[in-house]
Amino acid sequence: MAKIHVTATVNGDEVEFLCELEETLLDVLRDELHLTGSKEGCASGDCGACSVMLDGRLVCACLVLGVEMEGRSVETIEAMAAGDELHPLQQKFLEHAALQCGICTPGILVAAKALLEKKPDPTETEVRFWLAGNLCRCTGYDKIIRAVLDAAAEMRVS
Amino acid sequence: MEQMRYEAPDTVDAAVALLVGAGGETRILAGGTDLLVQLRAEWIEPDLILDVKKIPELTEISKENGGFRIGAAVTGAELGEHLGVKKAWPGVVEAVELIGSVQIQSRATMGGNLCNASPAADSVPALIAAGATAAIAGPNGRREIPVEDVGTGPGRTCLAKGEIVTSIFLPSRPAHSGDAYLRFIPRTEMDIAVVGAGVSLTLDGGGKCSAARVALGAVAERALLVDAAARALIGTPVDDAALDNLAKAASAAARPIDDKRGTKEYRIKVSGVLARRAAQAALERARQS
Ligand SMILES: Cc1cc2nc3c(=O)[nH]c(=O)nc-3n(C[C@H](O)[C@H](O)[C@H](O)COP(=O)(O)OP(=O)(O)OC[C@H]3O[C@@H](n4cnc5c(N)ncnc54)[C@H](O)[C@@H]3O)c2cc1C
Ligand code: FES
Ligand code: FES
Repeated sequence: MAKIHVTATVNGDEVEFLCELEETLLDVLRDELHLTGSKEGCASGDCGACSVMLDGRLVCACLVLGVEMEGRSVETIEAMAAGDELHPLQQKFLEHAALQCGICTPGILVAAKALLEKKPDPTETEVRFWLAGNLCRCTGYDKIIRAVLDAAAEMRVS
Repeated sequence: MEQMRYEAPDTVDAAVALLVGAGGETRILAGGTDLLVQLRAEWIEPDLILDVKKIPELTEISKENGGFRIGAAVTGAELGEHLGVKKAWPGVVEAVELIGSVQIQSRATMGGNLCNASPAADSVPALIAAGATAAIAGPNGRREIPVEDVGTGPGRTCLAKGEIVTSIFLPSRPAHSGDAYLRFIPRTEMDIAVVGAGVSLTLDGGGKCSAARVALGAVAERALLVDAAARALIGTPVDDAALDNLAKAASAAARPIDDKRGTKEYRIKVSGVLARRAAQAALERARQS
């Protein structure tokens, strides 16, 4: 099947890739660009493990077609740490043990970062509602919520 | 398998021409939050996927005759950020904002919610209650029809080959008007409505209801406009007696099925309860506007 040529910006760099029409942005990121941080939990928009920023908005990469990416810009979990320096959210997730198997973690970090950019001082309820589209089968969520609130507090100070 | 084709034209005319010219099955792609799931599950195997997000007419919100024309491909997130629409039609905006998570809101559109034609689609009862119309473009020109006439059954619409919904029009609001949408789901987020109820009403200077529309979702093969429930409010001060009559009329109009989300009997009961609560919320907003 003929592949379609797409030019897009990924984590600040212009990239070109070939994709089939059925391939989602998640397939492209993982299989073509080898950015395997974004995970596939459900492939149906329910779990949020594939969360990325598309032109500044939080989306499920499994619900975007690769061909839709022409001329658009995506930011993934791979862009979160600055070199070896973890983002405060990543650091707090480690400190609070907010992950076990880690499948949900990249998506939750991307989603939480989007929240804190919009709302630096969210309430616990706001964090819980914002993360309603991110499922975690291991932690019971509480440690995740604590880590996000703690990171928010630290980011407001610094 | 035939090869699928993807097109993203930037005008309505080009989109209609592509749809008309295509052999086989065609699908419009707006936010893709229904379409991609259906593609993946291989429920549909279209020959042409027509992305409408590059058409400016479909992605803009504009003022028109005191109301708002909302492009069919405007996302839930964009609508929620539009203070004008939110102030005039809070019930419509709250219904759209109930669709999925933040991630889904970044992509989901009213046009997609309407044309996917799920009986449980959240924005549809609110739009019907609002008296919204859908603008449609096709090979025979343009037409505008009431939103309640678009869906005809689960997954089915009245759209003919080559037709696209281009926008949804929300009319201007008289003073002392309010609308509200409520749905019942077993959890607080991310679920499909067991019952949904939308109410829009207007009060006269003396506080009596001068106009009302009531709609129910998830209790029939498509969202229902319930005239009898609206009549229960009109001419009354929307007191307990009127609300009791409204609830009875809503329950009487519901003709749901049994499924894993709720029994028929339960849905009929909840239709009345939710319609009543939505009317009270709309009343509160009307008094404050
Ligand atoms: C995790 C998840 C949660 C969800 N939660 C809810 C919920 O709570 N409530 C709810 O109501 N829905 C929910 N949905 C369903 C879906 O998100 C909504 O129906 C949404 O509004 C669809 O919009 P879209 O732009 O993504 O549509 P698309 O998937 O792009 O299109 C849907 C259908 O409509 C057709 N179509 C789209 N635009 C047009 C147009 N302009 N003219 C003609 N035909 C058109 C398409 O061809 C397709 O058949 C959920 C979906 C997911 C994945
Ligand atoms: S993999 Fe995309 S939401 Fe689950
Ligand atoms: S840590 Fe395993 S799913 Fe969240």
